[in-house]
Amino acid sequence: MSASLSTLQAARAPAAPRGRNYARRYWYFAAPAAIVVAAVIVFPWIFTLFMSVHDWKVTGDTPFVGLENYTKMLSDDRFLWAVWRTLYFTAASVVAPVILGVWAAVCFASNFRFRGLARTIFVLPMMATPVAISLVWTMMFHPQLGVLNYLLTSVGLPPSSWVYESDTVIPTLVMVETWQWTPLVMLIVLGGIASLPQDPYEAARLDGASAWQMFVHITLPLAWPFIVVAAVIRVIDALKAFDTIYVITLGGPGTSSETLNILLYQTAFAYYDLGYGSAMVVVFFVLIMLVSLVLLRVRQKQAWQ
Amino acid sequence: MSATTRSSGGRRTMNAHRVRRLLGRVGLYLSVLVLISPAILFFLWMISLSLKNEADNTAFPPVFIPNPPTIANFVDVFQKNDFLSYTINSIIVSFSATGLALLFGVPAGYGIAKAKATKAAVLILVARITPGLSYLIPLFLLFQWLGLIGTLTPLVITHLVITVPIVVWIMIGFFEGLPGELEEAALVDGATIWQAFRHVAMPLARPGIMVAMILSFIFSWNNFIFGVVLAGRSTRTLPVAVYNVLTFEQISWGPLAAAALVVTAPVLLLTLLMQKEIVAGLTAGGVKGG
Repeated sequence: MSASLSTLQAARAPAAPRGRNYARRYWYFAAPAAIVVAAVIVFPWIFTLFMSVHDWKVTGDTPFVGLENYTKMLSDDRFLWAVWRTLYFTAASVVAPVILGVWAAVCFASNFRFRGLARTIFVLPMMATPVAISLVWTMMFHPQLGVLNYLLTSVGLPPSSWVYESDTVIPTLVMVETWQWTPLVMLIVLGGIASLPQDPYEAARLDGASAWQMFVHITLPLAWPFIVVAAVIRVIDALKAFDTIYVITLGGPGTSSETLNILLYQTAFAYYDLGYGSAMVVVFFVLIMLVSLVLLRVRQKQAWQ
Repeated sequence: MSATTRSSGGRRTMNAHRVRRLLGRVGLYLSVLVLISPAILFFLWMISLSLKNEADNTAFPPVFIPNPPTIANFVDVFQKNDFLSYTINSIIVSFSATGLALLFGVPAGYGIAKAKATKAAVLILVARITPGLSYLIPLFLLFQWLGLIGTLTPLVITHLVITVPIVVWIMIGFFEGLPGELEEAALVDGATIWQAFRHVAMPLARPGIMVAMILSFIFSWNNFIFGVVLAGRSTRTLPVAVYNVLTFEQISWGPLAAAALVVTAPVLLLTLLMQKEIVAGLTAGGVKGG
């Protein structure tokens, strides 16, 4: 993301005198990649649009049905619930990691012994294979034999039913998502904090400001653009969350954790209703683009005036 | 700092300052401990599960430390399932997808950075935003028509959806950060732009290429969604195989945890060994696959 900003800024800078001539020739470098991107990224986008206006099952005819797949969505309760659930899951999976991630970034910005090691350990959850960690979480959530309920009851708390009841399943999945993705927020914000000027801190220290005051009045406002970037990335990733939900609950119990991405998968690859699935993809894509654009606009206003 | 405290007033403030500093230190260490313990405890528990026999794994209260530890679960994983061939599948897919992505992506990153092609960069950004599933429906049909389902080719091709944007993205940032003078000097001396790229810019960008390679390998290795749709029985990659252990075999925790550990161990080791490169790449790009 930071790269696009620097490209944007660079584009505004006056071009070198010979730049124009050379710019065109540099396109040859991008040509092979452009072909690959066209084949595996752009072609699917266009073909998905095409399929979304057809009644497309895996076998048989594929008659043109216009916008029928789209209007069907409006009265499809399962779809509407999935949208609502996705938004709920996303909101929670942004707020928790951003708060914890900022806290972690502030901690990792100061010097202490074993900082490198601690930071590496902290980053492990986001690098680990999602399927593998999801399986271990599933074992930990087991209502009778799981280690989490043992830990809860041993400190006097009531056991939870974790992913086995519709009330607790989404908060539990948010917990897994938070555990997994707080490190990414930490890294982005830490990168921001590391680039901040040191003078305000020294001035504040001379005035006898406390660590908390310095955080609220210096770190938070200065690092705010990075926190917003981290939040945008988190929104995008939470909307798309798939592996952990698929492996841990497969949308269950019932459909109580069925987010858009899971419903999409089921529609296309369990029921093989590819036309309807494609229409959902289009709506899902538009939703993600809208959210990202709104958030990026907010960010640009704040950071780059 | 001590000079200022002294000038601003007496021993008492100095002591108060010292106490506050000490409290700050304690707070910092406590915070770090609280922040990293979920990761530590999780992975220790994963290891513990994989080293215990079935009776200990399903005991309540849980047995925390394997006594005695057993490697029977790991033996089980490789004997009862075809994990060796799944490992080979994973290696082929991740290495090919990463290699091809570097081949296409490094020059592309250079071209986009030099031509200051903002729009091309935005396209890569949109690819990063798009959910992986949305590529799958058309590509699934395409591979079916081509009769490629059941081979490793569709997996390699779809993994390019993840690896190419990562490589291009990181390389754009990296080439933009390089000073252009050396290449310009080479061009003045009569080198072609290809030579300037190949012999001047690329050697300088080696650390960036390393970062791009590691991250694209890891995210390809971890990918699940493409494999679960496109892989046949014999072309499963490790994440898909370990998921199938859960669904189709009798569920026993020891072998399952052992299988999960086998799948993710290469990635965890790579992270521990290459932490500097990985942190640099993630900080710059906010990259994530799928």
